[in-house]
Amino acid sequence: MRSYLPDYELVTPANLSEALALLARQPGAWKPFAGGTDLMVLLEAGKLPHKKFFSLWHLEELKDIAVADDAVVLGALTTYTEVLNHPVLQKEFPLLCQAARQTGGVATQNRGTLGGNIANASPAADSSPALLVYDAELELVSARGTRSLPYHRFHLGYKVMDLQPDELIRAIRLPRVHKPRVQYYRKVGTRRAQAISKVVFAGVAEMAGGGVRDVRIALGSVAPTVLRCGQTEEAVRGQRIDSQTIKRAQAALAGEIAPIDDIRSTRRYRRQVSLRLLADFLQRCAGSVQG
Amino acid sequence: MPEDGRKVTVTCKVNGLERTLRVYPLARLLDVLREELHLTGTKEGCGEGECGACSVLLNGQLANSCLIPALQADKAEIATIEGLASPDCLHEVQQAFIEAGGAQCGICTPGMIVAAVNLLARIPQPTEGEIRFGLAGNLCRCTGYMKIFQAVVRACRRQRERVSA
Repeated sequence: MRSYLPDYELVTPANLSEALALLARQPGAWKPFAGGTDLMVLLEAGKLPHKKFFSLWHLEELKDIAVADDAVVLGALTTYTEVLNHPVLQKEFPLLCQAARQTGGVATQNRGTLGGNIANASPAADSSPALLVYDAELELVSARGTRSLPYHRFHLGYKVMDLQPDELIRAIRLPRVHKPRVQYYRKVGTRRAQAISKVVFAGVAEMAGGGVRDVRIALGSVAPTVLRCGQTEEAVRGQRIDSQTIKRAQAALAGEIAPIDDIRSTRRYRRQVSLRLLADFLQRCAGSVQG
Repeated sequence: MPEDGRKVTVTCKVNGLERTLRVYPLARLLDVLREELHLTGTKEGCGEGECGACSVLLNGQLANSCLIPALQADKAEIATIEGLASPDCLHEVQQAFIEAGGAQCGICTPGMIVAAVNLLARIPQPTEGEIRFGLAGNLCRCTGYMKIFQAVVRACRRQRERVSA
């Protein structure tokens, strides 16, 4: 059933420091509201228990994509549309652009934000596996100051985050890597647009001397959080890609993921597809060496 | 607190007209358009951002009005399906939908047309893939997709002929 609108508040702080002051005054009392693509759905379904929100949408301090020599820093309010139209992201972080392109449709991409996707903490988030393989760092701000946190340490459990009640995600920092890399992203859903993933896979590998010098692998929809797969990476790092390596990596991945049966898919299907996507990624890596 | 004690004043421009509204901050723009402004051309389909029937242009960008809280429409420029035609002439895209038979039951049609108008504003001569991507967020449960697609192709051709004439 629909939520009762008079119960809800939405206020608009004039700037970031006012928003942080609001958070500091009563930590946990007010929650941020960005583009609304997740929260408005919950509101309509009568599943939005929190009642007091402040809007971030107009805060300039959370916008802008800044390109420096060593990193690209994306304000938390960066929309998917802004991601997929950005020339540096297209060139250097294509997996993030692919994720953005496969999130919802144009209307959702205009309103959905990276910070919102991260803070919504869905294990099926499309952008998160891409951010994980790019070694993203979060810039978290509060009235107390700023701290930076590797993104792979942010999600602690299902919808549990290393984010204090008085903190906001201000920006996402993506370190630039000026080396050729094999980059792979695949979202498996019911249809191409407007789908929530059954499995989402991102991989990045640096090849050298016929083998894998370094690698990052992350998946979504296969565990209570999006997952960086360190053991699988370990099984591949320093190895030549052959059928033995692929088998070992698949065994490692099977041990790392914990997919479930739900409305979108089954545990068995998710496991099977995850292992095949891993093999597909590793074969691409092998192909890039021969090519 | 009285029932409407939490209402806020929102000022926006809808189809070129300045409007001042007293609304709950999290009221859906969709409901404000339909119930306060009686602009019922914008339809509700799924109510959760999946179907695009409630598409409007918010500051020139395509948006699902079911997911926009009224407060975030403050100071915005909004265009709905009612704002596309001039009094004596349909929008080129509307005309193309009629000619190509791009409507069956009609519920998705306003959203489809708004999305198509937005696509052609961004990409005047889209490729087939760009048309599909531009309309990917709009569902037609009559599944009349081919005729809808052909209507957009027709509108592109019309636009091209007009520009080159």
